[in-house]
Formats: sequence, structure tokens, C-alpha cells
Amino acid sequence: MADFTHKQSAHCESGVVSNLMRFHGMDFDEPMVFGVGSGLFFSYLPFIRVNGIPVTAYRIWPGQVFKRFSDRIGIKIERKKFSNPRDAMTALDKMLDQGQPVGMLTSVFYLNYLPAAYRFHFNAHNIIVFGKANGNYLVSDPVMEYTTEISYDDLVRARFAKGMPEPSGRMYYPVKVPGEYDIESAIWKGITQTSDHMTRIPMPLVGAKGMKYLAGRLRKWPDRLGNRKAIQWLGNVIRMQEEIGTGGAGFRFIHAAFLDQCSVKLNNEKLFSISQQLTKSGDQLRDFAYYAGRVCKNRKTDTRTFAELGDMLEACAQREQAIFSELYEVSRSR
Amino acid sequence: MNKEQVPQDQENLNEGKLAKLYYATDEKGHYVKVNSIGWEPETVAMQQAWDVVNDEVKDAVDLIRKGKASPLLYFIKKNIMTHALVASYSGTVGFMVRLHCIPFFFKKLSKKQLEKYAYTFRIPVEELTNLEKITRHDG
Repeated sequence: MADFTHKQSAHCESGVVSNLMRFHGMDFDEPMVFGVGSGLFFSYLPFIRVNGIPVTAYRIWPGQVFKRFSDRIGIKIERKKFSNPRDAMTALDKMLDQGQPVGMLTSVFYLNYLPAAYRFHFNAHNIIVFGKANGNYLVSDPVMEYTTEISYDDLVRARFAKGMPEPSGRMYYPVKVPGEYDIESAIWKGITQTSDHMTRIPMPLVGAKGMKYLAGRLRKWPDRLGNRKAIQWLGNVIRMQEEIGTGGAGFRFIHAAFLDQCSVKLNNEKLFSISQQLTKSGDQLRDFAYYAGRVCKNRKTDTRTFAELGDMLEACAQREQAIFSELYEVSRSR
Repeated sequence: MNKEQVPQDQENLNEGKLAKLYYATDEKGHYVKVNSIGWEPETVAMQQAWDVVNDEVKDAVDLIRKGKASPLLYFIKKNIMTHALVASYSGTVGFMVRLHCIPFFFKKLSKKQLEKYAYTFRIPVEELTNLEKITRHDG
């Protein structure tokens, strides 16, 4: 069995990368991975619906963090995808025999070590399998405090779940890590891209504009959808913002932690002050979630509460527009 | 969020298996890692999503009692699946799954097709066709 240390993290993708990198002798804390990989984002996509509810995401799409991070640091990743479970498991066993931990995509529905309440059909959860014991696979799930185990059958199911997106047994591991790398340039690339995407994409549905747009639409939900559905849609926004894997306030705190770490690393006071502003924005989003949670609990909607919620979200949008504009200026003018 | 403000709400759905990691600030505004066992708004939102699922299961059971749906519908709802998702697991198309939710067509299913559905839901075939056990279930 590989000599593997597991560290808990807030977000699954950046956590897996952080844990894999540590095994390969490069110590990156989770926020560092998340920031360099430009994980923070916002998008509201009313034309894509999951169970009839429009998609709201506080982050970039799955897989991107890893890709951007490895590109910027210069890590070579081997990615594999399989058409049949037996090949997938044989390939996994082969890697494990070589003592190599392997990251993979799974469906949360079949990971029975998680509390039942979390187990919906979410097919883009990242875990690391790092060994075998008593016929079970040893799993390092980044959102868990400790490592766990999973049976062969469950793992096959989780790796070959159907639906959107299909994991198709995808697995990945670094094959070459750079001896030397330019962390400073990687950090600035990450910061520039995040702030650029948050403020400068000329589309109304993404970035800070997307948040403002959602605020506007949200005000009309009770009239447009009726009581029951409005509450459901609101509940979904809270889940996307606060549920597992977000680190609180829809990833804002993780990114603020990243800026905080960067300010120390690069000795840049400006980044620390922006980090503090982002913390405030995160707090505001938490207030929004708290208030929205109360509305959901009472199951009563009226146009006034939703208007207030809309105002809260719009205030967040304005604040983030200002924060990321400033961050963009800082990253350009350095 | 200050590290003292990280919520620790006892009422949660984590079954004691999970304490999530949060990033919170210390006195100087620098970030530290803090574990949290739960937060009410999140629990409410999650419970609400499950309420929707449970309602649908209940509706399915009612339909089965009235003889208007086959046990297949119950298992689809119970596993939070959709017709299309079940179809892709069992190697058929959504329309056929919809058809098999009607008792008339369900009764005519071949053993092979039943096995495919049973495989999808990870249950033995007997359970799939056991009407009594499902209708006893109170949702």
C-alpha cells in the first residue's frame, strides 16, 4: 500500500489535486489549487435544468480546476476513460500494485460511506483510491475527515453511473511533476483569469452580471411559479451555495483564503485587503442563505420576501463586481 | 466568517459521519480551517429536496394501490431516478420504461427484462414484482 496522507478539504476537485500532489512531493494547500486553477465563478443557466430546476453554479464546471492547475504548474497528467467496467478495474488494480494513488470520477449516489442525505445522482464527484485491504478499496474522499473503504461492486457502480455527465470510469494520475516551477506566475494567471471571467465576459448570465440577473429573476419567482415551485427553486440556490464541497458561501471563502495565502507568499498587502473584502462578500452571501433558509422553512412566499432576497443578492453582485474589477486591475498593473 | 461564527447546529442530516471543512478568519482576518457539523439553512434546503423525493414515492405508492401503476414506478422514484436514467441502465429507451410503468405491460415483461430492471435498482427480481411489500410501505 502506498504511503499516502489524507487531508480533509472543502471542495472535492481541489482536494483530490492537493492530496495527489502531496503524494508526489509537491505541497499545495487546497485554496492554492483552487485559486491557481481559477475555480471561482458564477453562472445561472435557466435553459439547462436538472429535475426541472435551472442550474445555478458558484464555480467553474467540473474538471476545469484540475486542468488549469496542472497546465499552469506544468504537471503532466495521464487521463483514462473506459468502455467496460472490467478493464477499468484492472487498470486501477495495476496502478495500485505500482503504489500509485489514482484520482477518479464517481457518482455520489453509490458512495455508501457518505450520509444518506447527500446521496443524490451527482456524477462529478472526485475521490482518490490509494490501496486495497480485505477485498475492499481504500478511499480518500476529500470531503471526509478520514479515509474510508468501498466494496468492489459499489466502486464499479459509482464509476459507471449513467446520467449527466457520465463518469465512464474516468481516472487520472500525474505521470510527470516538474522539478522547478514558477509559482508566482501561476498565481497571477489564476487571479487574472478568475477576475476576468467574473467581470468581463459580455454575457448577462455569467460572472457578477449573472448574479445580478438571478437577483432580478428571483424577485418574480412567486408570481411566475407559484408558492411550491418558488420555494423549491430557492432551496436549490441555497444548496448550490452551501451544500457539501463549497467551503461555505459558494466558494467565496476558499478563494479569499487563496488570496490571503498569496498575499503572504508574494508579500502583497493589496491582495490581503481584497481577501478581506471577499470575506465580507461571502458573509453577505451567508446572510442571504440564512434568510432564504428561513423562507424555505416557513414554506410561505410573498412577493415582498422574494424582493428582499433579490435585493440582498443584487448587493452581493455589486460588491463582487467591484472586488473583481479591482483584482483585475491589480493583476494587470503588477 | 469569523472562526467563532462557524455554525455547529446539532440538528443536521450528517448522521455523525461527517464534519465539513470550512475556511474562516481569525482575529487578524487570516484564514484558518474549521470543521462544522451542520448549518440550519443548508439542512433545511437539503431536507426540502428530500421532501420532494418522498412525496413522489408516496404518490407512486398511491397509484400502485389503485392499480394505475406498476411497481417499477415505485422503484424509479425510490432511487431518485428518471425514466431516461433507468432506460440507460437497463439498456432500453425512456418510452419503454414509461410503458412498463403501466401494470398491463409490466405483467407481460420477460424474465430477462425484469432482471435488467432488478439489476438497475440492485434488488432481487422477487422484490421488483412483490406488490404486497410496496403497498404496505406507508411512504
